[in-house]
Amino acid sequence: MSEVKKSTVAVIDYGMGNLHSVAKALEHVADENTTVVVTSDPAVIDAADRVLLPGVGAIRDCIGEMHRAGLVPSIHKAMAEKPFLAICVGIQALMAHSEESNGVDCLSHFQGNALFFGEKHKDHDGSKLKVPHMGWNQVKQTIKHPLWKSIPDNARFYFVHSFYVVPENKEEIAGTCDYGFDFCVALARDNVFAVQFHPEKSHKDGLQLYKNFIHWDGKA
Amino acid sequence: MGLAKRIIPCLDVDNGRVVKGVQFLDIRDAGDPVEVAKRYDEQGADEITFLDITASSDDRATTVHMVEAIASQVFIPLTVGGGIRTCEDIRRMLNAGADKVGINTAAVFNPEFVREAAERFGSQCIVVAIDAKKVSAEGETDKWEIFTHGGRKPTGLDAVEWAKKMVEYGAGEILLTSMDRDGTKNGFDLGVTRAISEAVHVPVIASGGVGNLDHLVDGVTKGKADAVLAASIFHFGEYSVQEAKQRMSDAGIEMRL
Repeated sequence: MSEVKKSTVAVIDYGMGNLHSVAKALEHVADENTTVVVTSDPAVIDAADRVLLPGVGAIRDCIGEMHRAGLVPSIHKAMAEKPFLAICVGIQALMAHSEESNGVDCLSHFQGNALFFGEKHKDHDGSKLKVPHMGWNQVKQTIKHPLWKSIPDNARFYFVHSFYVVPENKEEIAGTCDYGFDFCVALARDNVFAVQFHPEKSHKDGLQLYKNFIHWDGKA
Repeated sequence: MGLAKRIIPCLDVDNGRVVKGVQFLDIRDAGDPVEVAKRYDEQGADEITFLDITASSDDRATTVHMVEAIASQVFIPLTVGGGIRTCEDIRRMLNAGADKVGINTAAVFNPEFVREAAERFGSQCIVVAIDAKKVSAEGETDKWEIFTHGGRKPTGLDAVEWAKKMVEYGAGEILLTSMDRDGTKNGFDLGVTRAISEAVHVPVIASGGVGNLDHLVDGVTKGKADAVLAASIFHFGEYSVQEAKQRMSDAGIEMRL
């Protein structure tokens, strides 16, 4: 009898609000060999098998708190070596720069910026579109990826955000959405995957994505 | 392709129990908010809103536990309104698993609270609830005013101007209830819904007066609402959320089916 491998998913807590839903959704799809820990301890992040970077609120506060809590080296280390998933403001944090709050330098894992939708945002027919982009939108899967497994193309996910990412390398785009124009909502490179939507609020397809993450070996 | 309009069932809760007689078939304990939330979730609700009508603040701890229990089992957005007066109230609800909080009366008496809350928690989780009543007479230019205390107390505030101000202060969404229509089943006040939806750049949820599925359609097509909220048509099993979404989709509205 070979011993079953135990694994740990670390949800990074840098003091920016509610991680209850994220942790509960992960626990909901985790098997008995997977432990979910919400942590602000770099050592726990370093020791985890998988790491999830959530994000909520303003990017300046998010990046500031990551630095203040001494988590940035562990985040970079995790992105270099193990399955890593960033969600919502987390995807923006991985870009080089965000134009939110007069400009904020971010973690630069992906080259490119986070831009504001703009209050004069228009639909294809010229009608006004609301900002934040809030609600359920269809995600077009632009690449095949283990994290899209068993999720139909153009499935709807729950979004709430006013800034969107524009990566320089278009080959890193894993999914797009249409909100007056097509924009990037998922990024993938090697063992790192990042999404703009909230899987933990996206019903069965969101839970499937978390399930895929828990079973992902980090290979694209 | 594109962003779907949302259907949001609304539940009144008192001391951690759903009140106002929710009468789903085959639910033994109709007052259990977790059971009710799960049912709406299964029917395809896009979000669920809870209006906490608990009288004493001591009992609000019960609401926190209720939100925790629901957020552990229902993976769609949850909004909690009623009794949100301080940043501490907001923090407790968000930590329990709520995604948004609704601020109503507290915003009227202290608009700076909305600014403070949006700066601290982000606009995305701050919903300002507006209770509006038509005050213009027949033949006059339409005018709506903000009322508090369940529509009994006028404030002198113009509803459209107030909505714009709340968005300036950081509201990420407006929950607009017509006090003229609430409970009538005669449909939304489409005039005020459209006036506010066109005046602000954040999403507007129409509420108050839904009696049938065509009212939901009208809220979006004529009222220009981004989401529609209803209570009794779903509670009493008249219509399921699924049926409502199908009807809206048949009317050409983008929905998550």
